[in-house]
Amino acid sequence: MAAATTAAPSPVTARRRWRLPFSPWHLLLMPLALLFVLPLVQMVLTSMMQDNQINRFPPQFWPTSIDLGHRSGPDERAAGYVGLFADVPVGTWLLNSTIVATVAVVSHLVLCSLAGYGFARLRFRGRQLGFFVIVGTVMIPIQLLLVPTYVMFARLGIVDTLAAAFVPWLASAFGIFLMRQFFLSLPSELEDAGRIDGCGRLRVFWYIVLPLAKPALATLTVFTLLGSWNDLIWPLIAINNEGSYTIQLGLANFQGTRRTQWSLLMAGNVVATMPLIVAFLIAQRQFVATMSFSGIKG
Amino acid sequence: MALLDVARPGRAAPGPRPEPGDRARRRRRRLLDDLTGWGFAGPATLVVLGLSLFPAGWALLISREKWNGITEPKDLGWQNYTQLVQDPALADAVNRTVLFTALFVPASLALGLLIALALNQKIRLIGFYRTCIFVPFVASAAATGILASFVFNPQFGIANAALRVVGIAPQPFLESASQVLPVLVLISLWSSVGFVVVVYLAALQDIPRDLVEAAICDGAGPLRVLRHVTLPAVLPVTVFTAVWQTITALQLFDLIFTTTRGGPLGGSTTVVYFIYEQAFKLHRYGYASAVAYLLFGATMLLTIGMIVYARRKNLEAF
Repeated sequence: MAAATTAAPSPVTARRRWRLPFSPWHLLLMPLALLFVLPLVQMVLTSMMQDNQINRFPPQFWPTSIDLGHRSGPDERAAGYVGLFADVPVGTWLLNSTIVATVAVVSHLVLCSLAGYGFARLRFRGRQLGFFVIVGTVMIPIQLLLVPTYVMFARLGIVDTLAAAFVPWLASAFGIFLMRQFFLSLPSELEDAGRIDGCGRLRVFWYIVLPLAKPALATLTVFTLLGSWNDLIWPLIAINNEGSYTIQLGLANFQGTRRTQWSLLMAGNVVATMPLIVAFLIAQRQFVATMSFSGIKG
Repeated sequence: MALLDVARPGRAAPGPRPEPGDRARRRRRRLLDDLTGWGFAGPATLVVLGLSLFPAGWALLISREKWNGITEPKDLGWQNYTQLVQDPALADAVNRTVLFTALFVPASLALGLLIALALNQKIRLIGFYRTCIFVPFVASAAATGILASFVFNPQFGIANAALRVVGIAPQPFLESASQVLPVLVLISLWSSVGFVVVVYLAALQDIPRDLVEAAICDGAGPLRVLRHVTLPAVLPVTVFTAVWQTITALQLFDLIFTTTRGGPLGGSTTVVYFIYEQAFKLHRYGYASAVAYLLFGATMLLTIGMIVYARRKNLEAF
């Protein structure tokens, strides 16, 4: 900050410093915020430009005309969104990703909340050891599991099917841990009351416990959705036919085969990213709240 | 293990003194408790262990074999492990991974804390700033990789355009073996610092207001408040985040796959990418599994080391 003094120093603070008309934090935050968001803006803008407009230096940020893609000749590959939806089964990929994410989220919600409740509240032999081992598995790097899991999937006959993409997402140690920690923090009086009234364990769980667990279930949903929609490694090693690609695997393969067709690559990026970005913008407050919830508990 | 037999009869014995005839009923009761418990916990436990512990054990067997997935595996004993110690390509990969981690973890903690401190101020536009900084966290590694190859494209990328404005010659970025790792660090920071910011923001908001006010009353300036109140208060969270980010850095794969695929000239072949290549390009399943075990060991040592360090310092991070 330039340390110029004001023209008429007040008698109280003789050497009052010249002040910015806004908080100095803006000087840090504004450039950072732009740095974070401008690549995404450029992604959207570029997806609506023609390739010959994109491939020039210095690059053009704003499109001079909006072009969602067109075919230059009957045997040419189309660019942009037209190329994406006409030449590539991107609709199928989106559907596949939606199926994978849905199965992952539903299965996580059911299995992890049940297990979390069991480990938090019920008394049974092997409870502590089971939980201890589950938490320990987070230290195993995924690369250690790739080869045997691939062989296992091959023997189960699910290689090249969507199952190979969602089976690794049916439940997770993180999910069980998250739900257990949450259930431990709930007071157990309500459940005891339910038990005394003659409810079975499952009814208590369904009618009393789960309605109270909404914040934890929201966190679990956010993380499972993010992880399964964005997952690349499992589809990459276990899916080879285009019909079963997820959108992320399709995108990653573009990288190799359509290297220079930036309008098409960016259109694919927009299609793959927008569902989550829109969801994020709509539910931003809950999103951040749930993320910090996991941060403290984690 | 002492942990094994913690399951006590517990609630099954509410009466003051069990009568002899009760024993059979108590045993039935206990069996019922076990069945209920595992009925709740069993399915998820099965899935998680079946997809982690079981393949991890199997990988140990594979790591002692020479196997390409098709022909009969051949038992090698520990030969894969003695080989990996002398593999110069692996040594390079380890060096790159260490360099990447050493650049990425401190940078992500520092940047995350700085942004969190800024976002914790009561100033205008804070919602806008927060949105901008978190949005990249939602983008997948595949999308981030493609976008980064575009932004850092040496011919017409906007990064070189920005350098030109300040009078710096165009750089090859991802196409230079010496620049690729620092650029990958920048990209990872862009896509993952949102998580660190959220964790720090939560920690900052937990600092009691009167603690800060007391410090100000005692005449502490903003920098001294930061040094003596804020930083000590966020230290436990820092340990947690450091462990988390270290594991993330050691296992970074997706971004490398979607930007450089280990190149140029192997310049971004980190340990995990090395494992992927050995297993799924060269079909050396045994050797790849041995290297993966090396990575597992390193991850475990680092994690436990950091936890022990935190415990010694009496930080309640875990």
